[in-house]
Amino acid sequence: MADVLIVGELKDGELKKISKELTSAGRKIADAIGGKVHAVIITDNVDKFAGDLKAAGADTIVGANLGDFNPEAYANGIYSIIQEKKPSVVLIPHSSQGKEYSARVAIKANAGIVADAVGLSVDGGKVVAKKPIYSGKAYANFKVTSDIQIFTVRANSQEVTPKDGAGAVEKSGATAGEVRTKSLSKDLSGGNKVQLADASIIVSGGRGIKGPENWPLLQDLADTLGAALGASRATVDAGWISHSHQVGQTGKTVSPNCYIACGISGAIQHLAGMGSSKYIVAINKDGDAPIFKVATYGVVADLFEVVPALTSEFKKVLG
Amino acid sequence: MKIVVLVKQVPDTETSIKVGDKAINEAGVKWIISPYDEFAIEEGIRIREKTGGEVIAVSLGPDRVVEALRTAYAMGVDRAVHVKVDDYVTFDSTYTSELLANLIKAENADLVIGGRQSIDTDSSQVVIQIAERLNIPHIAMALKLEFDGKKVTATREVEGGTETVETQAPVAVTAQKGLNEPRYPSLKGIMSAKKKPVDVKKPDELGATASKIEVVGLEPPPPRISGRKLEAADAQGFASQLVKALREEAKVI
Ligand SMILES: Cc1cc2nc3c(=O)[nH]c(=O)nc-3n(C[C@H](O)[C@H](O)[C@H](O)COP(=O)(O)OP(=O)(O)OC[C@H]3O[C@@H](n4cnc5c(N)ncnc54)[C@H](O)[C@@H]3O)c2cc1C
Repeated sequence: MADVLIVGELKDGELKKISKELTSAGRKIADAIGGKVHAVIITDNVDKFAGDLKAAGADTIVGANLGDFNPEAYANGIYSIIQEKKPSVVLIPHSSQGKEYSARVAIKANAGIVADAVGLSVDGGKVVAKKPIYSGKAYANFKVTSDIQIFTVRANSQEVTPKDGAGAVEKSGATAGEVRTKSLSKDLSGGNKVQLADASIIVSGGRGIKGPENWPLLQDLADTLGAALGASRATVDAGWISHSHQVGQTGKTVSPNCYIACGISGAIQHLAGMGSSKYIVAINKDGDAPIFKVATYGVVADLFEVVPALTSEFKKVLG
Repeated sequence: MKIVVLVKQVPDTETSIKVGDKAINEAGVKWIISPYDEFAIEEGIRIREKTGGEVIAVSLGPDRVVEALRTAYAMGVDRAVHVKVDDYVTFDSTYTSELLANLIKAENADLVIGGRQSIDTDSSQVVIQIAERLNIPHIAMALKLEFDGKKVTATREVEGGTETVETQAPVAVTAQKGLNEPRYPSLKGIMSAKKKPVDVKKPDELGATASKIEVVGLEPPPPRISGRKLEAADAQGFASQLVKALREEAKVI
C-alpha cells in the first residue's frame, strides 16, 4: 500500500487552512507513489468539511469523534485509523496539538518521524522532508526508513492546489481509549484574535513601539489586514504584552506569507522564529538594523508615522 | 522521589554554523545547554528542594556533552549520566527516545522533565516519545507545576491561552519559558562540579535498535527573495509604495 493519511485540524468548528495544505501535499505524494489520500478530521460533523477536503485532493474524508483535545486520546484514535488504513505516509500539522500527539503516534506505529518539515518531495518511492535546523542557519533533507513515514508539517509551508479526490465520507469508530491527564480548566482570554502559528500575515512590534500604550497602533493595522499580532522578546520581557505573542527562538516559530516588523532590530533569536517568512517588511528608524538583511521591503522611517499611514492606505484599498 | 532531567547540548544561537554534507562542521562551534532544558533543570532542583529525593541529569551525545552535565551539577543536580553516542544523528528522535526511555525505566523515575523543544532541531518529540515508551502520561509546555510525589497539577500553554491539567506520577513534563527563572551556578558549585563523577552508558547497554532516519543531505538556507529599501519623501509616500508592492508585486495582501 502506498496511501497517504493526513490529519487536519479545526479551530472553533472551522477547518484550519493547514488541513487543506496537508491534503494538497498528500495528494502530490500519493500521485507520485501511487496511492490514495485519507484526510482525518477529529469531529462528529465530518460532512461539513467534505467539500473542501475533496477539492484539495482527499479520496476519503474520515471523521473521528474523539472529544475535546487530549494528546493521548488523539494519539490512540489516530493510531487506530492508521492501523485500519495502513498508509505508508502520515502528515500531521506541526501545531501545538500536532507536536504533542505525533510523538505518541510515532512510537505506537514503530515509525520514524521528521518534525517541522517545510518541504516535501518524493525520491525512489520515499518522501524527502526538508526542514530548517539551527535556527534556520541550515536546511536538512531527511528520509524516514521505517515502513510508515511520519512528518509534522509547518503551517503555510505547502500550497493548496485544487485537484479533486474521490471524496468519499466515512465515520470512523475510533475511540479515545485510556487517557490519564484530566483537563481541569482552560483560560483562552489572553490570546490573539488570529493565531500566530497559522497566520498568513503577522504585524509584529518591538521595543521601537516605546510602550504598551502603543499596541493599538499595530493592532489597528493587524485588524485591517486580518493579521495576527506578534512581538519581540524585548517587549514581552518589559511586560508590555503576554508571552503568547512572542516570536522567536523562545517564542513561536512562524512562517507567514507576510511579516511586518515594526521597530524590531532583527536579533538572531528573533530571526530564528520568523526568518522563513515569505515576504518580510521592516519598518525601522535605523537603516543599519540587522532586520534589513532579511527584509524584502525596507522602510527606514519612524514607525509612529508610517504605521498609521499604512493602515489608512490599506483601509482605502481593501474597502 | 527520583527526578530525571534531560539536558541537550546545542550550538549557541549566535555561533556561526558551517554546513557539511551530512552534519555541521563542529569546529569553532560554541556549545550551550538548550535554553528550555535550563528550565527543566531548575524545576527538577526546586521540586527536590521541596519534597526531597534525587535529581539525575542525563545528556545524550558525544564526549563534549559532559560539559553540559558539569553545568547541571553546578546548578545543583545530584547525579549525572552521559549516554555516549559518537556517531549520532541528532535528528533521530525515536532512537534518542528509545535509549533515554530504557535508561529511565531502569532508574524508575517518578518525574521526567525536559525542554519543550531543543533549539537545534525544534522537533518537540523526545520527551513525549519517552512518555509513550514508558506508558505514562505527559504534560507539554508547562508554565506551572505542582507535584507532591503522587499527584501532579500543572498549568500549560495551549493555543490561544492556558490549560490546567491534573495527572498522577510517574509523568513526563516539557518546560516552557515562564515555568521558572533558572539559577546561575555558584562559583562553589562550579568548582565542586569539576570533581563529581559522570556515569557513562553506551547504546548497546541500553538496548538500542537501529535509526529510523536517513540524512539525505544538509544545505545552506535557500536564498531570500532579494530585498530593497523603499525611497519616499514622507510617511504617506512609504505607505502607498508598500501597499502597491505588497499587492501588485508580492501579491500577499
Ligand atoms: C537565549 C535567548 C533567547 C531569545 N529569544 C528571543 C525570542 O524568542 N524573540 C525575540 O524577539 N528575541 C529573543 N531574544 C532577544 C534578542 O536577542 C533581542 O534582544 C530582542 O529580539 C530585541 O528586541 P527588539 O528588536 O524589540 O528591541 P531592540 O533590539 O531594542 O530594537 C528596537 C528597534 O526599534 C527601532 N526603533 C526605535 N524607535 C523606532 C521608531 N520610532 N520607529 C522605527 N523604529 C524604531 C530601533 O532602531 C531598533 O532597531 C533572545 C535572547 C536570548 C539571549
